[in-house]
Amino acid sequence: MLNRLLSNDLPRSRWLAVLLVVLFLGLAFAPFLFPGVKALNVAAKVLIFVALVASFDLLLGYTGIVSFAHTMFFGIGAYGVAIALNAAEEPSWGAIGLGVVCALAISLVLSLLIGLFSLRVRAIFFAMITLAVASAFLTLASQLSDITGGEDGLNFSVPRLLSPGFTLTEEPLQTPLGEVDVNGRVITYYLLFVVVCGVFLTLLRIVNSPFGRVLQAIRENDFRAEALGYRTVVYRTLSSVLSASFATVAGCLLALWLRYNGPDTSLSFEIMLDILLIVVIGGMGTMYGALIGSVLFVLAQSYLQDLLRLAGGAVEGLPLLSALLTPDRWLLWLGLLFVLSVYHFPSGIVGKLRERAARKGAA
Amino acid sequence: MTSSTFDWKPLALVPVLALIALPLTGSASTWLTLTVAGLAMGMIVFIIASGLTLVFGLMDVLNFGHGVFIALGAFVATSVLAGMGAYTGADNLWLNLMALLPAMLVAMAVAGALGLVFERLIVRPVYGQHLKQILITMGGMIIGEELIKVVWGPEQIPLPLPEALRGSLLFGEAAVEKYRLLAVLVGALVFAAMVWVLNRTKVGLLVRAGVQDREMVESLGYRISRLFVGVFVVGSALAGLGGVMWGLYQQTVIPQMGAQVNVLIFIVIIIGGLGSTTGALIGALLVGLMANYTGFLAPKVALFSNIALMVAILLWRPRGVYPVTSR
Amino acid sequence: MSADALLTLAGVHTHIGAYHILHGVDLVVPRGQLTMLLGRNGAGKTTTLRTIMGLWHASQGTVTLDGQDITRRATPDIARGGVAYVPENMGIFSDLSVRENLLLAARGARTLDDIDTERLEWIFGLFPAMKKFWLHPAGKLSGGQKQMLAVSRAIVEPRQLLLIDEPSKGLAPAIIQNMIEAFRQLKASQTTILLVEQNFNFARQLGDSVAVMDDGRVVHSGRMADLAADEELQAKLLGLSLGAHQ
Repeated sequence: MLNRLLSNDLPRSRWLAVLLVVLFLGLAFAPFLFPGVKALNVAAKVLIFVALVASFDLLLGYTGIVSFAHTMFFGIGAYGVAIALNAAEEPSWGAIGLGVVCALAISLVLSLLIGLFSLRVRAIFFAMITLAVASAFLTLASQLSDITGGEDGLNFSVPRLLSPGFTLTEEPLQTPLGEVDVNGRVITYYLLFVVVCGVFLTLLRIVNSPFGRVLQAIRENDFRAEALGYRTVVYRTLSSVLSASFATVAGCLLALWLRYNGPDTSLSFEIMLDILLIVVIGGMGTMYGALIGSVLFVLAQSYLQDLLRLAGGAVEGLPLLSALLTPDRWLLWLGLLFVLSVYHFPSGIVGKLRERAARKGAA
Repeated sequence: MTSSTFDWKPLALVPVLALIALPLTGSASTWLTLTVAGLAMGMIVFIIASGLTLVFGLMDVLNFGHGVFIALGAFVATSVLAGMGAYTGADNLWLNLMALLPAMLVAMAVAGALGLVFERLIVRPVYGQHLKQILITMGGMIIGEELIKVVWGPEQIPLPLPEALRGSLLFGEAAVEKYRLLAVLVGALVFAAMVWVLNRTKVGLLVRAGVQDREMVESLGYRISRLFVGVFVVGSALAGLGGVMWGLYQQTVIPQMGAQVNVLIFIVIIIGGLGSTTGALIGALLVGLMANYTGFLAPKVALFSNIALMVAILLWRPRGVYPVTSR
Repeated sequence: MSADALLTLAGVHTHIGAYHILHGVDLVVPRGQLTMLLGRNGAGKTTTLRTIMGLWHASQGTVTLDGQDITRRATPDIARGGVAYVPENMGIFSDLSVRENLLLAARGARTLDDIDTERLEWIFGLFPAMKKFWLHPAGKLSGGQKQMLAVSRAIVEPRQLLLIDEPSKGLAPAIIQNMIEAFRQLKASQTTILLVEQNFNFARQLGDSVAVMDDGRVVHSGRMADLAADEELQAKLLGLSLGAHQ
């Protein structure tokens, strides 16, 4: 039964399976295992990144298309929900629904255009063009301040069930690990959890289906695929659309969680880099890589700055080192990590674990 | 180009765009100001983009981190010029140039040196693997940007124009900024130098041939990887020069300026055709003009206008106006 | 009649990605002679030339040039060892003029004046079109003229070994005659040539030795004169008989 749920895409490595189970349980019970606001924020961020990166892996890892427009679709989802809830008098599920539907529609159209256009130009051109389009969209979001709130973004409320004020139980739950207030945040968290699980399992189903296999064939050698009779145009465009749609969904979730959206929260180039980093470290073309990579990355990002602060304190006074080891320069270290991963971890963590298991199995 | 049947159509795009803008801008003097501004900006972008397009054309290497050389050049210039206040403060063109010239040369040298390191450490290990190149060169740019912040601090630094280059010259009613004229001049000089090297020297011949068919050049007995390092370093140095000029154009420099200009130069070399110097010039001039015309006429759509321009050109010629490479 | 071997391939296997193209090629190219490499489409002739040239590396076996093992050498170094390569697609630089193409091929020359004038005159004599279209971009030449330019490039300076891939493909008979004459003169100048051809008539007129390939192996080698006389063998190896082809 587990086989069918995971669409026959098993971890194929004992270590990997263990890791995945641990992470899954950790995320499933996060509000109870890690009480406290910061920890829950981190967990929610992980969930959103899992959906965002997994959808990107469909495009990059399985279809072989490099696109920098992924954050654009993420932003469209976030703004869709944000604008709808902002404009509505009473934050309602209907408004959310409307926002999601509109965002998906816009993403559909844009990804179709981009997908169809990509076939007139070469892959390198395409990558650069998506970069340009994403930049333009970012500028647009900042400038259409009437609708999007401009640089400041939009603050809005969410339906009662999801808001922090709402509590499920009278008194906070007492657990061995601490006090847990089962409020709207926790409920929102589980909404995210359920949706992200759905997205992830759907993506697993997609990449393990005949459609997914054709995508991989196209990634390996598109001439050959075309010669075999597959209209690569259609497959690439479909992959583009699916990838964009799931990114949009992730964006909607982001907005619901933060109850705020602005150009930097969803459209910034930094997020695109984060996605690239995660997919490389986790392992391209594996899906599970998105899960492992996201956890690693978000944890690192949240706690790396603290680490740097500690380290910086230790070398205070030394001229060059203190400038390098400050929390403000965490991006430098991330960049170094990124470059090193691309060199030494070409198949990512998941790839490495699977290789080890395969070698052991063959030995 | 040696043939008499030279493909002049793309060249015509530049004056055509300028002419279209003339009635739209209303007055001839505004048009003149905008056009010179556009040409100046275009020339600066050309200086930056020319290296990148040759690097791609010759070695099929996508350097998404080209922006780091731009930023480095600009920041180095701030340091050099800071120490030359006497020269820049004087209202004498020659004294000003005596300050600017060393700033430019030092910026070019430093950027070129970084280019050497960049090629060795970041680019060379990933020859032939486009995806990794994109990822790694971006990583390289982030590291570079952060290191710039370490050395010069994360805030923006002003880069004021020297005295004699401030202000405008008046042609009738049209005000044309002096610095912009200088930028056009420098850009033209760089272009002329490139054309001379590419067409009159054996090295240039090798570059042009290598852009077309690298394998054949190797089969003729030339170690093209050495040539490539040279082109990469020159390209980085030119980006450094472009950075200085861009910094002076904006009168401030920020560590992120490389990433900002990156998008523009990609648009330029896509329009021009990967590997073509003349194409890069045309692309850059078009982009510069477009940015200035739309900046005046419809500021909100400025960045889009460049993308629309790029899309329009690709629909006409999917590989850019002068597709040079055989790939 | 053993002229010593300038080029020897021993047990050469070449893989291109997952495809195993050459399955143990043994080939001897005698010094100062013109050796023909014949065979059907897909037999591995072009792959053999490219492997010699270092454009693809042999996964097994050795390639020896003038006593030196060049199996692992890089292409530019092999070229500098005195090997000129004229690929099937001619490899001319279309944006460069005829003059510039030749200048590039003349490694020793910094400028045009450095090229041996006698040599240039010889080339112009063989291929008058080169002189006529001297300053024109090579891309504007006709197919036959491009082929002539490709060969001119290979001979603009003296070389030990010429590797030539199907020079007569798609050429008009009159031009083919030009080519044959050019190669005759080349042979007279003590240059060793390994020529891949499908046109047996062309081959017969020029070849001293012959090697026939099939399925990535050399299945026959010997003197051209012997093969030309043996129609049965021709039919078996090449699926044709001398008179019928072209």
